[in-house]
Amino acid sequence: MLGVYSAVAGGAFRRYSTYRAATVAGAVTNTVFGGILASTMLALWHARPGLGGYDARQAVTYIWISQALLVTVAVWGGGFQDDVQARFRSGDIAIDLYRPVDFQGWWLASDVGRAAFQLVTRGAVPMAVGALAFDLTLPRQPLVWAEFLLAVALGLLVSFGLRFLVSLTGFWLHDAEGVRAAMMVVSMFFSGTLLPLALFPGLLGELARVLPFSAMVQLPADVLLQRRTGQSLLNLYAFQLAWAAVLLAAGRAVQALAVRKVVVQGG
Amino acid sequence: MVEDETLAARAGWAVRSWWLIAAMWARSMLTYRASFVLSLAANVLITFLDFAVLILMFRHTRQLAGWTLPETGFLYGTSSVALGTANFLVGSVGALGERVRSGALDTMLIRPAPALSQLAAERFSLRRLGRLVQAFAVLGWSLAALDVRWTWDRVLMVPALLLCGSVIFCAVFVGCSCVQFWWGDAAELQNSVTYGGSTLLQYPPTVFAKEVVAGTVFGVPLAFVNWLPALHILGRPDPLGLPVAFRFASPLAAALCMLAAAVAWRAGLRAYRSTGS
Repeated sequence: MLGVYSAVAGGAFRRYSTYRAATVAGAVTNTVFGGILASTMLALWHARPGLGGYDARQAVTYIWISQALLVTVAVWGGGFQDDVQARFRSGDIAIDLYRPVDFQGWWLASDVGRAAFQLVTRGAVPMAVGALAFDLTLPRQPLVWAEFLLAVALGLLVSFGLRFLVSLTGFWLHDAEGVRAAMMVVSMFFSGTLLPLALFPGLLGELARVLPFSAMVQLPADVLLQRRTGQSLLNLYAFQLAWAAVLLAAGRAVQALAVRKVVVQGG
Repeated sequence: MVEDETLAARAGWAVRSWWLIAAMWARSMLTYRASFVLSLAANVLITFLDFAVLILMFRHTRQLAGWTLPETGFLYGTSSVALGTANFLVGSVGALGERVRSGALDTMLIRPAPALSQLAAERFSLRRLGRLVQAFAVLGWSLAALDVRWTWDRVLMVPALLLCGSVIFCAVFVGCSCVQFWWGDAAELQNSVTYGGSTLLQYPPTVFAKEVVAGTVFGVPLAFVNWLPALHILGRPDPLGLPVAFRFASPLAAALCMLAAAVAWRAGLRAYRSTGS
């Protein structure tokens, strides 16, 4: 059974690797945004050195990590969501439901393949350009990079859990575009993509720290910046795992409701 | 269409075609009125989170690279209005690659209406108004909060800035999407110039390296959207030390951008070979 999922993941990886022009265009876009946001961070930390416990170099590094993760963990949404959306429109979604493979597992596997491809292209390229153009602080120990990759993988699970729920609203709304658009802005804001969550004041900061979105960008970035080590790192993984479990379980429950609702029209 | 039509008549027909198609899409969307109103309202509220990032930054400092929050808000508002207007009018051209792939462009080319008007109005969405409402709200707030002596030239420059800025972004949308005639999947490349450019212009020019600012004056002329005219309105020195005339050159820059976009569109259309589907 595991063979099916790894085949789906491998297929998704290969599929995305054929979109060469799109990959180049996307990497350029991430690099442009990285350059713009890194400059604003430099200006802010020039006025307030040490803000939020980051020095200027860490703040700039933070922005480049967040641009590298933006598409990998799909903060903007997308990936399997585009496929599912198209299948809602065409009605093919009914076929997906009677395949002898789990619906949620199928799309999760395809999203893992996509994320792996985008990590090595749209993650690595902006990071490399950022390291050349700006003064970054990146760890030399391979272990920290391994810890970072684990945090990214868990972040992807959380992101998938959220996007899966958003896509399932299509069973009721026929079109999840509106919900997706709203989710995109909320998740950009609360994941810490544009600004480290340490800069959010009072209640807003508390809220940002308990919501699942921080698992996508803020937490993996903190791991790579070595702000979370030892027990604190384990707590971070536990937080990500807990949200992933809750969201994936909620996805299953909603899926069970949705399946009962589907009416397949003949023709 | 007769042979001896004037340029004005042709332009009028192009605008009218856009209007007819856009109105059709708007009517189809308004069929579900409650859903539309709800999604528009949510859209307006949600886009304020984007400006919230700027407010959060200014909670930690009074000035960003020497600019205050109302001044930066003015840049944010003007840049977003210009981009929002362009996106509202011609944003759909970004899907050119998709239209080529699906063969929809062939249909547009044989209809008796300008292909560019059809492409710009295809799948026109009134939801794009949400972004524009937010942009005008931020601009209005910044105008009220700014500490500027409003002489008549400064007052007149604000609508002129919005008009020229919107024209420049329209030209950038059309010009950059022409890349997709050759490079079908590269739709995202134009995002780095349109959305990336608008994000760049939301921050003070002093935040960025001089080479970057020079690139927006002499390369893709985005500095003429709001940076250069804002220097005059806000009474600020030019970080590049350019002659004062540059601050008033936006109409010229807008005209040049339109010309460049027109050349790119014609070149693209001439190079276009149907997929045959």
